[in-house]
Amino acid sequence: MTVSPIKKVAQATPVPMARRIRGLSDRTIAWIFVAPTIFLLLAVNIFPLIWTIRLSFTNFRVNRPNNDVEWIGLRNYERILTDPGIWSTMQATAHFLIWTIVLQVLIGFTLAFLINKKFKGNDLWTTIIVFPMMLSPAVVGNFWTFLYQPQIGLFNYVIAFFTGADPASFSMIGDVNLAPWAIVIADTWMWTPFVMLICLAGLRSIPDSIYEAAECDRASKWRQFWTITIPMALPFLMLAVLFRGIENFKMFDLVVQLTGGGPGNTTTLTSIDLKREAFERWRTGYSSAYAVILFVTVFGLASIYVKALNKVKER
Amino acid sequence: MKSNLFTTASAGALLAVGIASAAQAEDLTLCWAAWDPANALIELSKDFEAESGHNMSFEFVPWPNFADRMLNELNSGGQLCDLMIGDSQWIGGGAENGHYVKLNDFFDANGITMDDFIPATVTGYAEWPKNTPNYYALPAFGDVVGWTYRKDWFERPELQTEFSEKYGRDLGIPASLEELKDIAEFFQGRDIDGTTVYGAAIYTERGSEGITMGVTNALYNYGFLYENPETPYDLDGFVNSDGAIAGLEYYKALYDAATPPGSSNWYMGENIDAYRSGQVAMQMNFAFIWPGVEADETVGSGRSGYFPNPAGPAGQFAQLGGQGISVVAYSEKQDAALEYIQWFAQPEIQAKWWELGGYSALKAVVEDPGFATSQPYAQTFLDSMAIVKDFWAEPAYADLLLSMQERIHNYVIAGDGTAKEALDGLVRDWTEIFEDEGKI
Repeated sequence: MTVSPIKKVAQATPVPMARRIRGLSDRTIAWIFVAPTIFLLLAVNIFPLIWTIRLSFTNFRVNRPNNDVEWIGLRNYERILTDPGIWSTMQATAHFLIWTIVLQVLIGFTLAFLINKKFKGNDLWTTIIVFPMMLSPAVVGNFWTFLYQPQIGLFNYVIAFFTGADPASFSMIGDVNLAPWAIVIADTWMWTPFVMLICLAGLRSIPDSIYEAAECDRASKWRQFWTITIPMALPFLMLAVLFRGIENFKMFDLVVQLTGGGPGNTTTLTSIDLKREAFERWRTGYSSAYAVILFVTVFGLASIYVKALNKVKER
Repeated sequence: MKSNLFTTASAGALLAVGIASAAQAEDLTLCWAAWDPANALIELSKDFEAESGHNMSFEFVPWPNFADRMLNELNSGGQLCDLMIGDSQWIGGGAENGHYVKLNDFFDANGITMDDFIPATVTGYAEWPKNTPNYYALPAFGDVVGWTYRKDWFERPELQTEFSEKYGRDLGIPASLEELKDIAEFFQGRDIDGTTVYGAAIYTERGSEGITMGVTNALYNYGFLYENPETPYDLDGFVNSDGAIAGLEYYKALYDAATPPGSSNWYMGENIDAYRSGQVAMQMNFAFIWPGVEADETVGSGRSGYFPNPAGPAGQFAQLGGQGISVVAYSEKQDAALEYIQWFAQPEIQAKWWELGGYSALKAVVEDPGFATSQPYAQTFLDSMAIVKDFWAEPAYADLLLSMQERIHNYVIAGDGTAKEALDGLVRDWTEIFEDEGKI
């Protein structure tokens, strides 16, 4: 009679240890498996968060190791919330966030709707459309910097072709009125394919039988669109908005590469401002308070939004 | 103070064990910005490797990220760099926060004296507090903002005639900032050989230090002072004096009227590109670019000329650039690093440094009778180094710089408010910073 390997191992295990393992409850074993992950989460996420909250009540500056660290209560929060400069970066962020989401959802959904139709070269077009989101944001920023160049940039020449204006007569990234739109356009170019893919997944999840039933009921295409397509794709659209909203709230690399936050502060988003405070001005306590405020804002908005998303899904 | 004593003691102890007798080969890392002079330094350092037996490694970071990367390194007590060629404004923080080794004892023991270096570079790159004999660096690379111009365009008879008729003087090196603006406006939008060209490329960059390094060349010459010469940190009426306001208005007028479209975020690299590609008649830039301009196929070989920053109503000054070389206090190879400094300070090494494209600050090199004619830009370099002023070198320099970047960029590029409002705002920002620092 042959002895199985598992049995061999079991026999080789010293009796006291075997007894000990046999004595562990399922719950304990589960904890043993989960413990390393929890430890990592605590070390990498929770501890820095708690430490940041603690620092936000101090005047600590990481570049002044010899200075005394004073507990200053809510002074950092008060300074941030009463600083008009911070509110203007919030406005710039809101402008960027709202317009990129609106444009990406509109264009992304339209593209998904078109790509969802069966036509020749469908796969090729999908690949071409998805291409921008595969690039690094730093590359895209650099690339659009050249496109926006007044003397040699293709963008200015295209606009000039349609409007008859002199290409060198306007600068997308140097003009306070145009620069906020310059970053919206570049981000929309890059991330619309992402929204399109999510929408495409949504559209393809709608069973054909529903449309067939609507056809039997002689519902027009327009009515089918508004009563079947949109409601059934809505959870996916909302998911796309959530993803893009969170991503764009912390947008940094693309905008830094394109405009550096300028001209003036017109494209200084909160993430850029926070980085300057933390790693250029080295106001560690102040920037910790700033980070906490942003965290609470994003967390609060995302929570409300996820609740709304769940309600839509339940319908 | 404690850290100063410690670093001084460290340097002394190192001397005691005998630097010259260091027999162990070390791997030394030198940190600097990634630019042309850094390549020259690699070439130069090969001699050091051959002489000392030490191996040299280099960590070069592009200028826009240089301060971020290296100050992070210093603040975290990192041991990446044994030698640091840090920007001149870091000297205060480097000294007060104990990042740099104090070099006085080392200099004394090795016969290195700061009297041998151009005074402005000693004050700018090596001393802290300023104008005191406490040295934390050896002047390594003298640099200053100056101007490069298209000599071949300036010499065209038809342009000379037209300019002369319009302005009543010859088209040549401007004697004042107002004349410079006239010339820039003269070239703005002009067709030269079928290409539209523009007046001048000036510093406008927002993210690091660009626009500050540019605008100060106008501000100084119109009467801007960092503080009351009699009372330190007394800013009101000096930073925002009538002269300073006029200087800032001048810089904005120059930007609005005579720079290439889209040049709203330009610094050294962009200005070089614009000049080399034939977009502009003049460029503001640090002197380090001049060897590259001379060697350039399109604009070099006599097609370009150089002149110091022109005078304004309050005098003639130029923004100091350049750096000193320091030993990082966190390095475990300080003896070998000091050996490098000792080697670098030698007159023959400094002479070779100049030959390779590095701007030596050693008097023996720059006061050599053949120096002024050794390169087409050598005399301009000397003239410019004689009129330098530098930005704050306080430990809080980064705060001070960012406030200035923001205030100046918002006014000059974004057209936000008036020059007076911008400078009044700067006084408020700087006052708050000095209050936080306990200086006021």
